[in-house]
Amino acid sequence: MTHRRWFTPWLLAGPAVIWLAVFNLWPAVNTVILSFTNAKPLGGGHFTGLANYRRALSDDQLVDALVNSIVYLAVCLPLLTLLPLLLALLVERKLPGITFFRTAFYTPVVASAVVVALIWGWVLDDRGLLNGLLGQFGLTDRPVSFLTDRWLLLFSAIALTTWKGLGYYMVIYLSALGNVGRELHEAAAVDGASALRRFWHVTIPGVRPTMLLISVLISVSALRVFSELYVLSNGTGGPGGRDMSVVMLIQMYSRGFSGHIGYASALSLLLFVITIGPMLLLARLGRKAA
Amino acid sequence: MARGFGTPSTGEKTVRYLLLVLVLLITVGPFLWQLSTSLKGPGEDVYARTPSFLPSDLTFANYAKVADTVPVWTYAANSLVVAAIAVVGNAVGATLAGFALARLRFRGVRLVLGLFLATLVLPGEVTIVSQYVTVRSLGLTDTLTGVALPGAIAMLNVLLMRTAFAAVPPELDAAALVDGANAWQRLVHVGLPNVRGMLSVVVIFTFIGAWDDFLWPLIVLSDPGKYTLTVGLQYLNGTFSANPRVIAAGTMIAFLPIVAVFATLQRFFFRGVEEGAVKG
Repeated sequence: MTHRRWFTPWLLAGPAVIWLAVFNLWPAVNTVILSFTNAKPLGGGHFTGLANYRRALSDDQLVDALVNSIVYLAVCLPLLTLLPLLLALLVERKLPGITFFRTAFYTPVVASAVVVALIWGWVLDDRGLLNGLLGQFGLTDRPVSFLTDRWLLLFSAIALTTWKGLGYYMVIYLSALGNVGRELHEAAAVDGASALRRFWHVTIPGVRPTMLLISVLISVSALRVFSELYVLSNGTGGPGGRDMSVVMLIQMYSRGFSGHIGYASALSLLLFVITIGPMLLLARLGRKAA
Repeated sequence: MARGFGTPSTGEKTVRYLLLVLVLLITVGPFLWQLSTSLKGPGEDVYARTPSFLPSDLTFANYAKVADTVPVWTYAANSLVVAAIAVVGNAVGATLAGFALARLRFRGVRLVLGLFLATLVLPGEVTIVSQYVTVRSLGLTDTLTGVALPGAIAMLNVLLMRTAFAAVPPELDAAALVDGANAWQRLVHVGLPNVRGMLSVVVIFTFIGAWDDFLWPLIVLSDPGKYTLTVGLQYLNGTFSANPRVIAAGTMIAFLPIVAVFATLQRFFFRGVEEGAVKG
């Protein structure tokens, strides 16, 4: 037996534990503390009790942001739970060139949301590709204002998030499909079950745990949306600032002379509260799986 | 529809390839369209009702024009510095900690592990404001160090590396212990060779995440001379939105390197996927 020094594990884990404390645990505690102050981005701040929370209750922009989050979730959840599964089934079969297609479908995932939003901003522009095509085929007589209408802007951002997420969830499904027994499929096929029936009775039950995990991931990321809305609206949050997300509000209040760190912290806690629901579900699923 | 699973019929193959090409157009088409726009000269009307897909007036001048408008190469260098700090920090920090948590016994290991796990329910956006306050109190606002530091060891990566080390067969480790190997030797000779797949996934994703990040550098940096690429691109878009060709060239400068990196390393990534490394 070699003699072991008690501090060796702490030497190895040390840097990560420092990061855990300084950049994860302390900010979590400090968010709560700051939410009871009127701290500014440039410094200072006094205890102001529940003032920030009272302010949140009467913040119309926050109401809009929460409505936007709900719409975001309601549209993204079904689309991103189902479409990537179909995509995974499409690329699962090892046909010649399939690696190329898998990699290509993943491209929107590795691109920055800023890049993706700028590209779609150009496609969806009043004088962009999509309006050009719509006009060309006589479907519209004047440009559709995808980026300047309160609801169309939100749905454009949702479309963008969905498009960017396809490859990400496809890969997770792909990894799960590997575990769905091929024998079961073959047996069902021999029994004369149609492709649709096999999808419903073999594939779906096989990937159900993954499907639940994915819907939790989608929900949380829909509530955290930022870059798509920010870039598509050029940082303005759309007409009247009505197309903001909660994270956009947090970013807005964390900067500049008129910023309000205290209020931004209160909004951060609110964000935590609305994301914890799906997160707890995830933790439960994790425990069940383990 | 009864058929062998190994050899799909010609009909099915055709349908599959048609669908694959259709999805390819949807996922990659917009990038190609942007690339094409970035190569179109001033003589070509990019707003035309039926714009041509291939540039008829091919030019690279738009890429030079981006550099005339904003210091785009400095931005790219800044992004690279931030990504490099993140990759090195995570590769080293998460590997060491992951090994200690999985393979060494020490007092408090369960508590520490529990705290690492607890951070997973905390989305980064929730603590981003107080993160900014921390970085400010360290005097690091408006610096690349301030951008890179908080993510230099990500908690998720520590946990991923721990999982990988925990999956190394205990017999290998036991043999090393019998031979009198110390912790460092066990890490280097037994641990590391068996966690390469996970380590490459961690490195790839850390690089992509740092290069693509937008919200955090947007909060930390206010001097346009110090922006990273993503913040610089939004700045370019907000300030000079008149010429779509120039903006397209700017987006390609941010996009092409990351695609090159991913295309080069994708086999490690997809191998990691098959080993179950990617589960959200």
